[in-house]
Amino acid sequence: MTPHYNFAFLDEDTKRMLRRALLKAVAIPGYQVPFGSREMPLPYGWGTGGIQVTAALLGPDDVLKVIDQGADDTTNAVNIRRFFSRVAGVATTEHTADATLIQTRHRIPETSLREDQILVFQVPEPEPLRTLEAREAETRTLHALADYGLMHVKLYEDIAQYGHIATSYDYPVLVDGRFLTSPSPIPKFDNPKLDRSPALMLFGAGREKRLYAIPPYTRVESLAFDDHPFELQRWEQQCELCGSGESYLDEVVVDDRGTRMFVCSDTDYCHGRRAEAAA
Amino acid sequence: MSALLQVRQLSLHYGQRVGCEDVSFDLHPGELLCIVGESGSGKSTLLNAVAAQLTPAAGSVRYRQRNGEWLELAALSEADRRRLAREEWGFVTQNPRDGLRLNVSAGANVAERLMALGMRHYSQLRQLASHWLERVEIDPSRIDDAPTSFSGGMQQRLQIARTLVTQPRLVFMDEPTAGLDVSVQARILDLLRRLVNELGLAAVMVTHDLAVARLLAARTMVMQRGRVVETGLTDQILDDPQHPYTQLLVSSVLTT
Repeated sequence: MTPHYNFAFLDEDTKRMLRRALLKAVAIPGYQVPFGSREMPLPYGWGTGGIQVTAALLGPDDVLKVIDQGADDTTNAVNIRRFFSRVAGVATTEHTADATLIQTRHRIPETSLREDQILVFQVPEPEPLRTLEAREAETRTLHALADYGLMHVKLYEDIAQYGHIATSYDYPVLVDGRFLTSPSPIPKFDNPKLDRSPALMLFGAGREKRLYAIPPYTRVESLAFDDHPFELQRWEQQCELCGSGESYLDEVVVDDRGTRMFVCSDTDYCHGRRAEAAA
Repeated sequence: MSALLQVRQLSLHYGQRVGCEDVSFDLHPGELLCIVGESGSGKSTLLNAVAAQLTPAAGSVRYRQRNGEWLELAALSEADRRRLAREEWGFVTQNPRDGLRLNVSAGANVAERLMALGMRHYSQLRQLASHWLERVEIDPSRIDDAPTSFSGGMQQRLQIARTLVTQPRLVFMDEPTAGLDVSVQARILDLLRRLVNELGLAAVMVTHDLAVARLLAARTMVMQRGRVVETGLTDQILDDPQHPYTQLLVSSVLTT
């Protein structure tokens, strides 16, 4: 642990401010709480919101896992994990089951989460209505009045253009029957994992200075039309490494001739299954 | 028959300047009222104040809901005002680009108000949208085209379809035919006249064009410098204007 920094990089007052905002976010599921986002030692878009939430929550006994697109070994994940082991000296892990705090970008782990775990999401755009309504004052009013017809305009456009709801990530959800919420750019494959999850889910958007939360066991509903219900993407392939037919697969080009392979995006899940098979 | 809308002593000022001053009128169900006057006479200000888009300085606007209850617009909460605008009213702007959502298809534009009312059945939305495009004489095969690919007249007709699809009881129109060429204007006026009759709408329409008033409105109000100078049956006003300003307006119309 580097001694030049306060524990977990941020000063205690900042962490306190973040915790107050987080408490408010948990109290109003799906509501975007403004907070005083700080400059972090990495650029916007690399997870400054998630890092601040993680910093506010970390204690010396926590075990941290960081994933990026499901993987523990990508640049973003490695950097953030190393950052916290330096400035907080906390233990880190790649095993979902061993972690108390998981910071994630773009995925929810395949392994079911527990009540004693917290999932922190990095969010680039917290406002699901933004692409349709540019004015912040107006989107806030729409949230206040729960006036969400506009979101269906986007889904309508999808069906009109592609014949089905083509939105496949950052798929809008209604939290606790009240607030329209962006689940962050997770694939819609992961949306059902948000619903009544035993783990607390926290979302941080550093550039947009917003926090929000989905508390444990909260109802989370993916929007849809009556005659075009919410559907999960499916693969004809199975993971070529572990043989899983249930996990979210990445398509990887492996040579210059366009040969492809499908592998689990969740590396810990894939490793675990292979170790099991070998044993 | 009881009125649908009651406007009493309505005034609105922009700082020292007068927007509209001491305007009163009643609007009855199924009636189309035209407000005429030159540019800057306060027509649009009055329309926006009546439609609760601007907050008047004095006076009152009352609206009778579907269930027969009277609403005082100034006392409404933002939520109720929006509900009213969504469920019972429509607003057609002069520039269709202000009233349309340009980054989504024509079909989505028409269906938006239905979705705002909670309709969640795609095929029904689609069917209604295509039906309404047909009603405003837009080829339904263009349902998935962007409004930006439409001509000005088509955009205006699209805006009319988008507004009327929820079958509002009261529609506000701010110079819906200004800026269009004469033949397109004629088609839109024809369309409006037909739809207003078919749906039994009440409408308040602002126009600077006396011919529009003659064609559509049973009753006309003439405004000058924010005040109503003359009001009455359209034919009466145009054929036998009493106020000097109205006489000037009528006499300045080109006749061929």
